[in-house]
Amino acid sequence: MKRLAGGMLALACLCAADDFDQVMRLLAARRHGHVEFIEQQFLAVLKRPIESSGELFYDAPDRLEKRTSQPRAEDLVLAGGELTVERHGRRRVLDLQRFPQIRPFIESIRATLAGDRSALERVFHVEFTGDVHRWSLTLVPLDRQLLRTLSEVRIDGSLDQLHRVEIRQPDGDRSLLTLRPAAAP
Amino acid sequence: MTRRRALAPALWLCCLAAATLVVARARYITDLSAFLPAKPTPTQQLLVEQLRDGPASRLILIAIDQGDAAARARASAAIADLLRGDRQFSSVNNGAAVAAQRDREYLFGHRYLLSDAVTPAHFSVSGLRAAIADTIDELASPAGLLLKSLLPSDPTGEMLHMLDELARTPAPAMHGGVWTSADGARALLVAQTSARGSDTDAQEHAVAAIRAAFAAATRELPPGGAPSLRLGLSGPGVFAVSARAKIERAAVRLSIAGGLLVVLLLFAVYRSPVAVALGLAPVASGALVGVAAVALGFGAVHGITLGFGITLIGESVDYSIYYFVSARSRRGNTDTAAWQRTWWPTVRLGMLTSVCGFASLLPSGFPGLAQLGLYSISGLVAAALVTRFVLPALLPDGFGIRDVATLGARVAALLRPVRRLPASRLALFGLTLAALLLAVLVRHGPLWNRELAALSPISAEDQRYDAGLRADLGAADVRELVIVSGPTLDSALGLAERTARALEPLVDARVLGGVDNPADYLPSAATQETRRASLPGPDPLRENLRQAVADLPIDAAGLQPFVQDVDAARHAPLVSAADLRGTSLAAGFDALVLPESNRWNALLPLHAAVAGQAIDTARVRAALQGAQLPEAIVLDLKQESDALYAGYLTEAIRLSLLGGLAITVLLGLALRSPLRVARVLAPLLLAVLTVTGGLALCGVQLTLLHLVGMLLIVAVGSNYALFFDRQAAPHEAGSEAVTLASLVIANASTVIGFGLLSFSQVPVLVALGTTVAPGAFLALVFAALFARAEASHA
Repeated sequence: MKRLAGGMLALACLCAADDFDQVMRLLAARRHGHVEFIEQQFLAVLKRPIESSGELFYDAPDRLEKRTSQPRAEDLVLAGGELTVERHGRRRVLDLQRFPQIRPFIESIRATLAGDRSALERVFHVEFTGDVHRWSLTLVPLDRQLLRTLSEVRIDGSLDQLHRVEIRQPDGDRSLLTLRPAAAP
Repeated sequence: MTRRRALAPALWLCCLAAATLVVARARYITDLSAFLPAKPTPTQQLLVEQLRDGPASRLILIAIDQGDAAARARASAAIADLLRGDRQFSSVNNGAAVAAQRDREYLFGHRYLLSDAVTPAHFSVSGLRAAIADTIDELASPAGLLLKSLLPSDPTGEMLHMLDELARTPAPAMHGGVWTSADGARALLVAQTSARGSDTDAQEHAVAAIRAAFAAATRELPPGGAPSLRLGLSGPGVFAVSARAKIERAAVRLSIAGGLLVVLLLFAVYRSPVAVALGLAPVASGALVGVAAVALGFGAVHGITLGFGITLIGESVDYSIYYFVSARSRRGNTDTAAWQRTWWPTVRLGMLTSVCGFASLLPSGFPGLAQLGLYSISGLVAAALVTRFVLPALLPDGFGIRDVATLGARVAALLRPVRRLPASRLALFGLTLAALLLAVLVRHGPLWNRELAALSPISAEDQRYDAGLRADLGAADVRELVIVSGPTLDSALGLAERTARALEPLVDARVLGGVDNPADYLPSAATQETRRASLPGPDPLRENLRQAVADLPIDAAGLQPFVQDVDAARHAPLVSAADLRGTSLAAGFDALVLPESNRWNALLPLHAAVAGQAIDTARVRAALQGAQLPEAIVLDLKQESDALYAGYLTEAIRLSLLGGLAITVLLGLALRSPLRVARVLAPLLLAVLTVTGGLALCGVQLTLLHLVGMLLIVAVGSNYALFFDRQAAPHEAGSEAVTLASLVIANASTVIGFGLLSFSQVPVLVALGTTVAPGAFLALVFAALFARAEASHA
């Protein structure tokens, strides 16, 4: 009985590992993505969550654009290791190498979208649950230093679609990104 | 006669002793100011100071190549640590977080005096509401992560605002926590020396300290595995050090080599050590007197002037050659009286011709040229006088060199076939002119190089390396800048603030990409006071805050640290330059303020709207005029320095032509025959034209130093032409073989001296060598062909 349970567990893991790779392959096969998002940020210093919404664009392997339309327009482009933020007609460029603490917040989403398992595993301890049709990734930073600003990232999705990204910080602050396919233009 | 024989050497020894004393006590300058104006306009003054002592002149760019990325990063950190503890350096930056931490402390600690957003309205209910709402928006963005902890004490976002203002200058790429080139293949550091850029000794020490730090840093690295690291240095101070070393090395080596070769030549001819030693007496005296004259006349001697010392060997050694060879009597001893009667006037005329040529350099506004002029004149006069008055007294009884007339006879035999052709003279003229014309037509660029860089002792390769490092560091050379100055640092900063405000519309209109301003790092006291006065007390601030956040998702109670910090800022002392020390911002600030003896200059470099595009300085000037800032100077560094040099070049060409005119007049007075004058000048002119054509054909653009070389061709060549002229005059005819022999020996020594310069690594010396060596030879050949052609007619 014990042996059977053990065997089933191993099989489940094997299936999970299989599913993980399959999800990654599906994600990697997608060259472009375009979704709408709603972001909620729960910050201890604030009485209410901040809510914003807009669209997300993705071009494989490393261009990610977050175009916020509500409540204020903001354009955020990640390309070639640089994060460009444009708001109030003013551009700000952040070199992610200079801000290592910001990097995993963005890399978690970028590497998942790119289906780049090894990139994920370089920075995070990765746990995959579910199957190809309904999966969930839990990412915990490997680096102690990073753990001080980021507790975990949880990404839910199905097949090659991301539905929900939740980022938790050690001080209890968290942000929740909900994604749904963009309405046809 | 006996008394006179004793008098001249005694006087000579006294002069030599005095000159030695002056030379020993003289001040020697080794920076590049020989190429900068002596009497500058105020704009040029600023330019010169920028180039000599400006903060940019104190930068040393350090690159670490090869090895692997980790080793480079470790070496960078180790070098920065070592150099930061060295007082020779006012700042050392490799991008590491050490400085960044201090920068944040400086900015955050003084944010209510430093941020230009601080006005009374900023702390009103509506001002607070807008600023806090904006900060909350920022929190939502990825960078907000960095701001979250600051929110309770900085809800109005002053920190981010200041960082934005300062971040407009591009920062280098980072790998492994240190600055690197864009491709990451090279680690980069920037050190700023405490000493001025023109203090070459201090720069040399600083360079040595960096090399030592690198050696220490690489020793600490674990051996084996990765290939060893390589250190690269660049920057104005580094260039000055290497240029000085190069010039000194070249001057010493070439002078020694040239001296040795000339001694060998003389020994081969005279076969007598005594004759060689005596023959060098005028040369040595001339060099000594020349340096002493420059020290007395200018107060200090430029290193480059000494570098030209070799040029004097070329001509002054000729005098003793003429004397020994042509004064040799049939009996084999030296007939001084006859020589002084028949040959000395010609040597004297040749010397005076050279003096006329070099005198044209004296009025030059270019200290390097003026010194060269004085050095050559005094050296030549001294060498000639020693030959005439001292040398005869020093000759042992019965002194005479061996007969060299056979050498002359052999040369004459060589020349004979050419001379028989009566048309050869015209053909020569025509051919030379045609060649010159062809050369000028064939070449693409202009004949004269009018850029200051043409005189730079820095090789093109070093300049490219420097440009590469600067591009990696994002510290591209600034071409245009606005300079304002006031009696104190604070007044200069105040003017800088007004200037930046006046230029703001141009930035908005995209005429300018941006303006760097020292007041961004340290505002003037008046501005700081205004900001401090606009901060509300704790009670009104609390009340305003309560109303401002009423409909914002934040509690006023959580912002108590903000109220405390604002209250503290109301009573804090103003920020001073001392507060900046130890931050990486200090380097940025120091780069933009320049103290003079009784004034402070604030520099506001202008950035083009599109990188690499020219800036419309006319609009900048108009904007400054409109803002009642007429004292602000708009400086285009490259254009200004090129204009400066082009001015010198034009001046030098004009002066040289005047010198040529003076020589013509002098010859006219001495020879009393236009035909003879023409015959003397024609070979010189042809030699100069041929050399110019040759250089042009080789793709060389002519510089000031080529012009000096042409003067030297005329100076040296005039002796040859005059000797042939004398030979042609029937009543003065001596043995032609003797004339030819002395000229050939004299010419060989000149060609050796200048030919060696061509092998130097210093571009200015190469220019001189490649002009004079072929020119002097051609002058002799042309003079020989011309003179004889006339004589055969006679």
